[in-house]
Amino acid sequence: MTEVIRYEHVDISYKGKRVVHDVSFSVEKGEILGIVGESGSGKSTLIKAAMGLLGKDGLVTRGDIWYKGMDLPDLKPREMRKLCGTELGMIFQTAGSSFCPIRTVRAQLYEFMTEHKKIKADVFENQAEELLEKFGFEDPKRVLDSYPFELSGGMQQRVGIAAAMLLNPKILMADEPTSALDVTVQKQVVEEMLMVRETFGTSIVLVTHNMGVIRAMADKVLILHEGEIMEYGVTEEVFEHPESVYTKKLLAAVPKLRR
Amino acid sequence: MSVVLAAEHLTKTFVSQGRENYTAVDDVSFSVESGEKLGIIGESGSGKTTVVNMITRLLDVSSGTIRLDGEDITLKKGKELKEVYKKMQMVFQTPTESFDPRRKLGDGIAESLINYGMKKKEAMVKAGQLLELCGLEKEYAARYPHEVSGGQCQRAAIARAIAIDPRLLILDEATSALDVTIQKEILELLDKLKTERNMTYLFICHDIALVQQFCDRVLVMHQGKIVEEGTPDEVIRNPKTEYTRRLIESVL
Repeated sequence: MTEVIRYEHVDISYKGKRVVHDVSFSVEKGEILGIVGESGSGKSTLIKAAMGLLGKDGLVTRGDIWYKGMDLPDLKPREMRKLCGTELGMIFQTAGSSFCPIRTVRAQLYEFMTEHKKIKADVFENQAEELLEKFGFEDPKRVLDSYPFELSGGMQQRVGIAAAMLLNPKILMADEPTSALDVTVQKQVVEEMLMVRETFGTSIVLVTHNMGVIRAMADKVLILHEGEIMEYGVTEEVFEHPESVYTKKLLAAVPKLRR
Repeated sequence: MSVVLAAEHLTKTFVSQGRENYTAVDDVSFSVESGEKLGIIGESGSGKTTVVNMITRLLDVSSGTIRLDGEDITLKKGKELKEVYKKMQMVFQTPTESFDPRRKLGDGIAESLINYGMKKKEAMVKAGQLLELCGLEKEYAARYPHEVSGGQCQRAAIARAIAIDPRLLILDEATSALDVTIQKEILELLDKLKTERNMTYLFICHDIALVQQFCDRVLVMHQGKIVEEGTPDEVIRNPKTEYTRRLIESVL
């Protein structure tokens, strides 16, 4: 197996206050890593650091994030922009609000593509429709014709994932991708992300507070608490035999459905 | 056991010009007995919150009757409605937003007491006691909503809701915005209050596992109707309708 991305002793600060401390992990090709933690644990900050999305107050103060021999936090904005989308894809909690509300899905997906490579409109149309079909949309043309707000929350999220996969990135960073969804839709989105890994061999870094989603998807899990790793290992082992006190407390607090 | 709250044939139709009428709640009837913890589950858009907003009189009904302690409160207004809120209080999903951002938590908690005739000094002391009852130090009364965490603010919201000793507490997704460890603490607090004060809860929630853990009885809502009713274990183990079965199967 080949390693795709590696975090080495990463510290991240916001306005001089350290929020992530000494985090190291790596993700292999086709692996799904789940990062779990409560609000304020620094889980979203970790993937934002790789994507260059920390904003002007955030800074990686120590350590490296290696991708294909490049240290991501050291890249210039122009170099970073080339990687975002084509190499590193991202899905947000509310994919709908990361689209522009006054333009159709088609116009926006086309823009994503042309930002990175030259492509004729009809070739794009075929590619986009084919991809949406893979994602189980019955009528891809109608989806492309729609404005984001005309789609339901679940549809928006699925279009968001499809949009991220349009340029076939090697890694998909997903920040709470199912947290705003109803359970039935959540299940569908989880299945679609598993399909993405199956079809494209994409590695996924999944940030969520939902243990059910982690259990259903992640090969490995990293438990984060106040910016530090509490536990890191194969999902089943961590869930069945948690070692740290915090992990035990966290798992005990999750309500489980007794069927 | 006596019935605290009874909803009879509640219907809410939203009418707006240039659009078809939309029936968000369609002929919903149920009752809550004294000391009971009744849960309502359903997906977004199923009408759970509309039901609650009608019961709490934040929204007028299109048809149907609401009875609290046997008294018809469907059309109550003004002073009469104020009397109703002595018996029924609410806790909302986002605690920080349900407090006035420019006033301290203590002011928010004491407000209902003052409204019902208590002296300000006395009310402020009571507010401190209520905070302690809900697991916060009484010094929190002097903090603003943005100065406390979400979990602490929800405790303050519960303190505010129980201040005038209501019989019925309506919790609309009261724990959904909280982390799981905090959620567990809040549920333990609610259970403690129930035993100490013989409270009745109407608990709206989309987390089925949580409802199974917390509630005595559950209603399943789908497209504005109640499609199933029973104890959580009954409903989860032997769902009668296709919709409930699908809903439960989707839980990861």
